[in-house]
Amino acid sequence: MSEVLVLVDHLDGAVRKPTYELLTIAKRLGEPSAVFIGDGGQGAEVAEKVKKYGAEKVYVVDDAQIKGYLVAPKAEALQQLAEKTSAGAVLIPSTVEGKEIAGRLAIKLESGLITDAVDVQAADGGAPVTTQSVFAGNFTVTAKVTKGTPIITVKPNSAAPEESEGAGTVEEFTAEISDAAKTAKIVASQPRKATGRPDLNEAAIIVSGGRGTGGDFAPVEELADALGAAVGASRAAVDSGWIPHSFQIGQTGKTVSPQLYIAAGISGAIQHRAGMQTSKTIVAVNKDEEAPIFELVDFGVVGDLKTVLPAATEKVNERKG
Amino acid sequence: MNILVCVKYVPDATADRKFEDDNTVDRVGVDGLLSELDEYAVEQALQLKEKAGEGADDGGVEVTALCVGPEKAVDAVRKALQMGADKGIHVVDDAIAGSDAVATSLVLAKAVEKAGSDSGDGGVDLVICGMASTDGSMSVVPAMLAERLSWPQVTMASVIESQGDQVRIKRDGDTATEVIGATMPLVLSVTDQSGEARYPSFKGIMAAKKKPLDVWSLSDLGVDAGEVGLSVAWSEVEDTTERPPRSAGEIVKDEDGSGAGALTEFLAAKKFI
Repeated sequence: MSEVLVLVDHLDGAVRKPTYELLTIAKRLGEPSAVFIGDGGQGAEVAEKVKKYGAEKVYVVDDAQIKGYLVAPKAEALQQLAEKTSAGAVLIPSTVEGKEIAGRLAIKLESGLITDAVDVQAADGGAPVTTQSVFAGNFTVTAKVTKGTPIITVKPNSAAPEESEGAGTVEEFTAEISDAAKTAKIVASQPRKATGRPDLNEAAIIVSGGRGTGGDFAPVEELADALGAAVGASRAAVDSGWIPHSFQIGQTGKTVSPQLYIAAGISGAIQHRAGMQTSKTIVAVNKDEEAPIFELVDFGVVGDLKTVLPAATEKVNERKG
Repeated sequence: MNILVCVKYVPDATADRKFEDDNTVDRVGVDGLLSELDEYAVEQALQLKEKAGEGADDGGVEVTALCVGPEKAVDAVRKALQMGADKGIHVVDDAIAGSDAVATSLVLAKAVEKAGSDSGDGGVDLVICGMASTDGSMSVVPAMLAERLSWPQVTMASVIESQGDQVRIKRDGDTATEVIGATMPLVLSVTDQSGEARYPSFKGIMAAKKKPLDVWSLSDLGVDAGEVGLSVAWSEVEDTTERPPRSAGEIVKDEDGSGAGALTEFLAAKKFI
């Protein structure tokens, strides 16, 4: 069975959940190998985590020389590892950075690329077949790579992480990084402030606010906290400067697919629908009964979010006791 | 300075988008237009031109809109010219139909090289792209193009600053906001946070009719027809299925303050509480 490389999604060595999802998928396709590009000193610690989800090998690429540069050096490191291991596939988290690494890797390896997969299964012979949600979630597409080493970027929540003990053998890997890859410098970096709420990509419940909040997100945040949910926003709310862009759901923000999505004061333009249409259950609260969001909902309240949300928050808290 | 802006012709996102029998996107039977997200790229190119125009010794920025697509895709180039781009290049060739991002980036890279050598004054300095197309929405072509050209990529920019041949951008990443710097020539992609795109003025629409628009084929670029198109794509769509419409949900009116109670009952029944 060939090795399937999984690029570890981490924040300063703290492994993020999509890594375990990718390892679970990798196991369907071959022998999972985790690739950790980060502080070499954290390699052993990361290996302990990823071996619980089936990583047989953990390649540790120390990033001391490359972390000041954008994506290109990581693509070179992955290329060299894929060639050295004759990898059967490369799985990469579908983040902004992940997709750019994947794009460069596809050209380097002369291999086909599929982005934003929401499911990956092994076809006969083990080759990956992907499922994607396209055209604002209106179509489902299945696809496969027909040339080279399949490179697939996978969206969060595409698999339930399955624990499975792997060997987790650590192997240090020194990548040869070209000067050409060190041309886009990261001059400064400001980590995003933690909100204390679940990550939008991983949340089971999301409560989003739009133009109808009038700029006051308190009712949205309070309901979110009562439900243990993440907070999201429409582009109208972001463009009005009410909430940072990192909260935006939609075509140019995040695409989410939670168990429950509550849209408050959001009309439901196609660009917003593109980011949330595949949610399992959709609820909307909007003053305008003609708002297109009501075409999507499982349950809708025609009313003012400023009264409905606080009252609902109170009732939810009562029920929780 | 020569700026090339990549503009894509896409099916209107508000229209009834669909696939052809061969699982490629229907680009002819559905009304098309310049991808909304590429308008931001055109806008930033025009702003760079305007800023350079203000500085006396650094004038002479030329903005060229570059599009790869079928005959009708010339509409995307025209829109860019109406907004204020100086000239257009439309790469059109039947062999390109069905190309994946890998092949598209090859055609774009060759077009950038040809535009550079045709310019006669030091080549292309800056290629500007949108953050994604509104149809395929992979967001990988700018990175692929940078890889092919061996240029730096400064991508997903919400704020762009340039001085001489230096470019600095603000990039809102998944976990951090970063400042990225690089030296031209480079590939820049801009997000919808970079600034509202202008509407073509009546004067702009009239002026666009007289602007030069070159039409190039694959042979003009020295690209073999066998390197592009659906049959040689490195990935293949097996099947497309339309998502069934969501079944109509229950809608209640909060006329007597009952909305919150009904909502809470629904959430409890679905075990979200």
